[in-house]
Amino acid sequence: MTSTGTTAPAVALNGVDVAFRLADGGVYRAVEAATLNVADGEFVAIVGPTGCGKSTLLNIAAGLIAPAAGSADIFGTRLADLNRQAGYLFQADSLFPWKTALENVAIGLETAGTPTAEARARAQDWLGRVGLGSFGDRYPHMLSGGQRKRVGLAQVLIRDPKILLMDEPFGPLDAQTRQIMGNLLLDLWNADRKAVLFVTHDLEEAIALSDRVVIMSAGPAARIIGDWRVSLPRPRDISDVKLDPAFHELHREIWQMLKSEVLKGYAQAEGR
Amino acid sequence: MSRLTLLTLQILVAVVSLAIWYVFTTYPIFGKMLLPPFFFSNPVDVIQQIIKWFATGVIWKHLYVTLVEAMLAFVIGSIGGVLVGFWFARQPRTAAVFDPYVKMANALPRVVLAPIFTLWLGLGIWSKVALGVTLVFFIVFFNVYQGVKEVSPTVLANARMLGMNERQLMRHVYWPSALSWMFSSLHTSVGFAVVGAVVGEYLGSAAGLGYLIQQAEGVFDVAGVFAGMFVLAAFVIVIDTIVTMVEKRLLVWRPTVGDAKP
Repeated sequence: MTSTGTTAPAVALNGVDVAFRLADGGVYRAVEAATLNVADGEFVAIVGPTGCGKSTLLNIAAGLIAPAAGSADIFGTRLADLNRQAGYLFQADSLFPWKTALENVAIGLETAGTPTAEARARAQDWLGRVGLGSFGDRYPHMLSGGQRKRVGLAQVLIRDPKILLMDEPFGPLDAQTRQIMGNLLLDLWNADRKAVLFVTHDLEEAIALSDRVVIMSAGPAARIIGDWRVSLPRPRDISDVKLDPAFHELHREIWQMLKSEVLKGYAQAEGR
Repeated sequence: MSRLTLLTLQILVAVVSLAIWYVFTTYPIFGKMLLPPFFFSNPVDVIQQIIKWFATGVIWKHLYVTLVEAMLAFVIGSIGGVLVGFWFARQPRTAAVFDPYVKMANALPRVVLAPIFTLWLGLGIWSKVALGVTLVFFIVFFNVYQGVKEVSPTVLANARMLGMNERQLMRHVYWPSALSWMFSSLHTSVGFAVVGAVVGEYLGSAAGLGYLIQQAEGVFDVAGVFAGMFVLAAFVIVIDTIVTMVEKRLLVWRPTVGDAKP
């Protein structure tokens, strides 16, 4: 692995275009000329209207899809295959339904060659950290949505990835659970400060969690149209931070821009 | 409804049916037998016939033969179905080439194959096993094929992001998914294995439940035909119960219908 040293950003997207072939033979341009750097240890949130290609951008950084133009560099190295340094927390249920919570968490270590007994022991430890220490023998269908997300978080973090990619991970959860999960995420992240790329459509969540908020325009051919630094002090508590006047100021400022894009997104969705 | 009430009602259905059968085949109503005993026998004769089979022990040999045929058909058909299902699901081009022939073979009523199998494999158990295999194979094959194809894309992407290689994907993702589909069709495929065995025996054999029924029918021994049918039904229920137990053990991770989240 060649690296240009610690100065190279964890994730660098350079002029990334994403295009999908449509069933009728046409081409749908999802994302256009997206350029975005995430420094090592930086928590970046991408916010945009529904269907603007936020998740697509994340899939590029994960190496799950290849860009039509432009490139993705991970710690200064061009990404050609899957991004082996990233952990990915998906929006939809992604646990293996035929494995227990413990087996689900342990699997990422076992595939890397860790002996089963050791992998299980560390998985048990991680289940404890996400507050599910006594749920190891449950199958995913026996867990609530929030509990499944906790298992998913442990499943990703146990491999100690340098980069954490999160695709609206708390989207399907209710408001209280989201807040608790947000705080849990911040606590875990505070321990070793990985680079995080966090996709959400919830501006409040984005500001409360991240160091930088990036705004995308409505699709098709979505672009990155704004980049705000969040200088609220850390460590944060999500419910407290939302009472901070600086939070409101920033929220109002960003919302000005986001609002028009959201409306555009709706108009397009209706016109479709 | 409590367990006891349910059981009582279930037994009641059997008692009432048997009573109707007995009365209509024994006592003339308005000077006419509603169910002529020649065609319908009567419960007493049928029960006597069953008791005789078990008392003399003849039945065990036939049950054993049918069981062996059904089990062989199930095992061979399942292994074939799993292998080909996996192969086709992972090789879409092969699947596309063979698709019309698979459909054709599956559309064929399997009974017409029985004479050919008898010709090829003789009157012994293997012609019945072959018939059962043709039935079981397609059920397992379609389910495994579907199971591999319908792995959730998110689960698959997650598995790849967790660092699984092709072999590990096979073991941790495709295989369990295919198995779950296969097991969900376990009742059907085991049932078809028994059907294959019994139909094969009926069409030409020297032993088995199908043979017993066919022999009785040949001499207009209606009591024997009914007795064979009841033994067969009991046999299938026992097998089905075992399958249910196996299924419960193997599919413990699957939510059952109406299963409330804690």
